[in-house]
Amino acid sequence: MSRLQIELPGLQLRNPIMPASGCFGFGREYSQFYKLDQLGAIMVKATTAEPRFGNPTPRVAETTSGMLNAIGLQNPGLEKVMNEELPWLSQYDVPIIANVAGSTIDDYVSVAKRISTAPNVHALELNISCPNVKEGGLAFGTVPETAYEVTKAVKDVSSVPVYVKLSPNVTDIVQMAKVVEKAGADGLTMINTLLGMRIDLKTGKPILANGAGGLSGPAIKPVAIRMIHQVSQQVNIPIIGMGGVQTAEDVVEYFLAGASAVAVGTANFVDPFVCPTIIEALPALLNELGVDHISELTGRSWKKEWNLQSSSH
Amino acid sequence: MRQLKAELVSQTEIAYSIFEVIVYHEAIDEQFQPGQFVHVKAGNGYDPLLRRPISICHIDPEKHLLTMIYRAEGKGTRLLAKMVPGGVVDLLGPLGQGFPVESVGAGDTAWLVGGGIGVPPLYYLSEELTKRGVTVKHVHGFQTESVVFYEEKFKALGPVTITTADGSYGEKGFVTTQLDHDADYLFACGPSPMLRALESYPAKKGVYLSLEQRMGCGIGACLACVCHVQGDETGLAYRKVCSDGPVFRAGEVVL
Repeated sequence: MSRLQIELPGLQLRNPIMPASGCFGFGREYSQFYKLDQLGAIMVKATTAEPRFGNPTPRVAETTSGMLNAIGLQNPGLEKVMNEELPWLSQYDVPIIANVAGSTIDDYVSVAKRISTAPNVHALELNISCPNVKEGGLAFGTVPETAYEVTKAVKDVSSVPVYVKLSPNVTDIVQMAKVVEKAGADGLTMINTLLGMRIDLKTGKPILANGAGGLSGPAIKPVAIRMIHQVSQQVNIPIIGMGGVQTAEDVVEYFLAGASAVAVGTANFVDPFVCPTIIEALPALLNELGVDHISELTGRSWKKEWNLQSSSH
Repeated sequence: MRQLKAELVSQTEIAYSIFEVIVYHEAIDEQFQPGQFVHVKAGNGYDPLLRRPISICHIDPEKHLLTMIYRAEGKGTRLLAKMVPGGVVDLLGPLGQGFPVESVGAGDTAWLVGGGIGVPPLYYLSEELTKRGVTVKHVHGFQTESVVFYEEKFKALGPVTITTADGSYGEKGFVTTQLDHDADYLFACGPSPMLRALESYPAKKGVYLSLEQRMGCGIGACLACVCHVQGDETGLAYRKVCSDGPVFRAGEVVL
């Protein structure tokens, strides 16, 4: 067995690296750069029942070591994703994690029910944490009762395991994690973006047309690491970690914090080859750390019996 | 489209905060088309994080040189401006859909209209059009005299009219007042208000506008730079400035 191979609910991954939802479209653009079946999995762009145009532009603004976005869940809608995007992706031997979004529980249920039947969709990522839409999205991810309700409703209809994408924009991330675990979530993905804003000095107004947006990139990595460190000690379901991952070292840090796989988001915009580059760099880094299999690293930062120095060989 | 680690050959401040940078890479050739752009990484670190879209001002396919002109105004472009010959410039490109040079023929006449930092891609366009026997005329608008550039270079290709908003150089006012109405084509690049004013220019054969927009990935994946499609009643149709554009036929997208 390859030392990068990972098994998670619904997912047999050749390696634990996958592009994060919203940062990779449905893969078409990046397929011009490399063969997508090198990836562990692909988290595709959020899909809603109906097509969405999203927010007015400007939709992105740069920040110190990061960026704000307020795309607003632009997507071609369930029908087109089912009939065009997912079939196109099926030419690649790579599991798809379909990101499901909506403004009502019925929306989530109808998308989840249908999209989970696509042959190459091996898991769902329940997006209850998008900060850029007026209804739904974040509203579901910041109130424990509604997070529970939507997770349970989706679990009831999904043909594949359900991972819930948690928002960092909460007071108690552990509580949210526990609630969705109780509702039947098979795994967690964390973190979605942090709410932020930039203001243009010339106009005196926010740069983003939407006002606020979601902060991503290296700037948010310490927040994600801390949250995964906390949550992974309190739940019994695996975590796919994300937030500012740029290098193989970042991936190891996420594993040490408690992640079992890692998604790469904003870095794809900077370096289209970032995912294959990280995958290629991991074995040498595992050698350096004296680790046979990457999964040995999960949670080592808090597992008392582990100590990287003493375990090297 | 490729990722190129190009070598910086020269960098010159040709007007106030306006830099001309020339880079070399063996893959730079005639596949780089007028109106396309390259996505440039400024610095090696995480700050600034994103790439900068910069238009193609000139290509020397034999020597594999790419000339870009940019304004140093943000963190990224100011970093780029500090780079010296021998430095490595990480760029993705060529990206996007450029001007329809192939459809313009010998004997056609064309207005090339640029605003500010929208002027540079018109130089490469003007070179390619004149090579095809097209008669070109240029109108370039700038804020003020200190930021005017490439006037002589354009003059070698066809007549040039310069306008400045403050009247410190050339004609006072905007580019739109300088156009006669007898051209077959109009090609323009500049800020949105200028493009909106040119959208209805009565060219006999076509008006093509190159849009500026904040971009993320530059390759069509992140949906940061979308615009609406004219006449689309659903409000759902869109074009991506980075990969469907940046050049659009007038009337295709909502400016």
